[in-house]
Amino acid sequence: MAVIDYDRAPEFATAGYDSPAASRLHALWETKPGLIGWLSTVDHKELGVRYLVTAFAFLLLGGLEALIMRLQLAQPNEHLLSPEQYNQIFSMHGITMIFLYAQPILSGFSIYLFPLILGTRDMAFPRLNAFSYWAYLAAGLFMYASFLIGAAPNDGWFNYAPYALKQFNPNPNMDFYALGMILLGVSTTAGAVNFLVTFLRLRAPGMSINRVPILAWGTTTTSVGILLSVPAVSLAFFLLWLDRQFGTHFYNPDGQGQPLLWQHLFWMFAHPWVYIIVLPAMGIVSDALPIFCRRPLVGYTVVVLATITTMVLGFGVWLHHMFATGLPFLALSFFSGASFIITVPSAVAVFAWIATIWAGRPVFTTAFLYFAGFVSMFVIGGVSGVMTAAVPADRQLTDTYFVVAHIHYVLIGINLFPVLGGLHVWFPKMTGRMLSERLGRWSFWTVFIGFNMAFLPMHWTGLAGMPRRIYTYPEGMGWDTVNLITTIGAFVLAAGILIFLANIALSRRNGRVAGPNPWDGPTLEWSTPSPPPPYNFPVIPAVASRHPLWEDRLDEGLGRSSIRRGVVLDHGKEALATSTLDGEPDAILKMPEDSLSPLVATIVMTAAFAGLLLHWWMFAGVCAALLLAATIIWLWPERELGQRAEASHG
Amino acid sequence: MADATDLERLPIGSIGHRASGWWGMLAVIMTEGALFSYLLFSYYYFAVQYGRAFLPPDLPKLHLSVPNTALLLLSSVAVWWAEQGAKLGDRRRLALGLAAALIMGVGFVAVQALEWSEQSFTIASSSYGSLFFTITGFHMAHVIAGDIVLAVLLLWTLLGYFDARRNAAVSIGAIYWHFVDAVWLTLFFTFYVTPRLS
Repeated sequence: MAVIDYDRAPEFATAGYDSPAASRLHALWETKPGLIGWLSTVDHKELGVRYLVTAFAFLLLGGLEALIMRLQLAQPNEHLLSPEQYNQIFSMHGITMIFLYAQPILSGFSIYLFPLILGTRDMAFPRLNAFSYWAYLAAGLFMYASFLIGAAPNDGWFNYAPYALKQFNPNPNMDFYALGMILLGVSTTAGAVNFLVTFLRLRAPGMSINRVPILAWGTTTTSVGILLSVPAVSLAFFLLWLDRQFGTHFYNPDGQGQPLLWQHLFWMFAHPWVYIIVLPAMGIVSDALPIFCRRPLVGYTVVVLATITTMVLGFGVWLHHMFATGLPFLALSFFSGASFIITVPSAVAVFAWIATIWAGRPVFTTAFLYFAGFVSMFVIGGVSGVMTAAVPADRQLTDTYFVVAHIHYVLIGINLFPVLGGLHVWFPKMTGRMLSERLGRWSFWTVFIGFNMAFLPMHWTGLAGMPRRIYTYPEGMGWDTVNLITTIGAFVLAAGILIFLANIALSRRNGRVAGPNPWDGPTLEWSTPSPPPPYNFPVIPAVASRHPLWEDRLDEGLGRSSIRRGVVLDHGKEALATSTLDGEPDAILKMPEDSLSPLVATIVMTAAFAGLLLHWWMFAGVCAALLLAATIIWLWPERELGQRAEASHG
Repeated sequence: MADATDLERLPIGSIGHRASGWWGMLAVIMTEGALFSYLLFSYYYFAVQYGRAFLPPDLPKLHLSVPNTALLLLSSVAVWWAEQGAKLGDRRRLALGLAAALIMGVGFVAVQALEWSEQSFTIASSSYGSLFFTITGFHMAHVIAGDIVLAVLLLWTLLGYFDARRNAAVSIGAIYWHFVDAVWLTLFFTFYVTPRLS
């Protein structure tokens, strides 16, 4: 067994991807072939792609549910769905899109890209990374299992008490939702810890915090947001589960409970969550849009500050979801004011993107179209958001289709558009092949037209007074035509997504070979082959500016980044830790091998939750004990990881 | 940029506050701190909504909780003493300190169980009872987790895994333990002090 010294001076070398050092690193970092290798891999690129594929599958499921609803609502007095079926489908649509698609897809991008754009070899906690993926998948399947017994959540994604309590909702619908969300919270929290520590500790030497790509800023900011907000929703659901199973009095008005506590805890989480599922997407745009404008982003520093300010303010506006609940006037005024103020940092970012396009030489690729579409949709979604920030307007509009239109402009405009654009940008990096631009344009225009056709008229539907979440409506309310237009638009949007999927399927095999840097991008991921090898970089690059690959053109700083010459780190799986602010070398980290522990921990944890759902208390207890054992084994100090005292130093 | 000549020797693997696990634990403490903030928010929310009527006729008493608080604080001192020992490479002191803290930690849970059995209300009697048992229950679960951490650290110490430089796990466990103790002080203040003010 190799003795690991307590310190050493790292060796410098010049090495490319075909050097002997690179093949040594390849052997060290490679995931073993076969099923066991697939189940135990901790490679962030593999896990990132799995996140993306899984989240996209949930997007398709949620989309399918939306189409069923739109068929039901296409005309008045339809009976395709029963009221209960409709309740379950619209609830699962919201849960799927908001929790199982919107955040995980952004995690997918960040897990794939973090080590590549930060110039390191993996995430700070590779096994935790695998765990967060498996737990996410398990939580999604757990919640979807409710359909198998016809008892999916049926109280909307925000699941208000008292309707969610046992006396009104005796079947296990809500228990699936409550326990599933706690399970998902474990996954999300694990992911957030990983992003935060990777950002703080694993950046390439020289990458001081004012040189970090904005995507990393967006994801890190939201990771802090997750750590501070997710406990609220996990707790809210846990208390709901206690109310339902053990007769506690949190949300039950008897016994001095208070249904509004649910709304407080839920929105204290869910409003920050809105920013959590858009800020990394804005980061995608802030990093990728400039590539197609052929110039750096205008206002890097203010965009970073706007990102952080938005997240901070996002914790102070939750009450604007509760304007109609009879709160004191002072509270309404305060939260209305805060909701207006939060538009300022958002506007800063919007003007930065517009200025970047204005001052650049735009190349009208599909990705550019998606990003430009994003900016315009964001403005519409932002303006309808400002309208509902005003208390009197909100009291008129709340619980109508106006709010539904608003949330879809926000979530499709600010999340789906950047995601589709981002997939066009980085698909070549992930697969080595380009997506077809011709199909890309077809998909963009179909998605763009379908989306606006579906949701622009919906503002009118709401102003005309149609409440949300009704399974059908009578004739003669003035809602018939707009609903039909929305339904047609929804199917056009779905056709656009199908074209995108066809593009993926065709280009994966037959697309043009991409090469390392097909878009002439400025950041470190474009210095690696497409797809990158398991170890990412043969030497750890040293960074001297925000745009390491554009330095010869921009002449930003004094020095030049060094990408092919740097520290080698090949005494086993190693990465470089750097100081948080300046990115000075600080330690050599030993990185773990592939491991089955994350998967085993996920399985016993999910089984424990299934036990709680079924009231198999003994079974749940045994699984919890197994989880504890699996965790201790996982964390057992290993000599290869530099966690144990060496006998020779004893 | 830096080159071979001007790059100093760097520590390898888990060393003190340079270990990734240390940073990870700080992030965990942040999210756990948020969890207890939301729990306490729920308590004060009800207290504001219902005023004095929210409190039970027999408030939780001080005769067990005060000594138990002292016991928990003392266990933090023991963990600190153990950790300093680890940094000096004194394995005996590390093991002794961890063992002492573990005994006090288990003692706290036992006294807390007694405290629970003395209450006149139950988890299902009113929102106060639900909050009391849920919040102190969350804390007790964290103390039990901390006891397990201390026990495992003690085992690893006895197996000779730590020396003067390799002891990051001890620091990581210690900071968690101090956090759990700090949380208890906010709970003690909430349940045992605030109702007696005014």
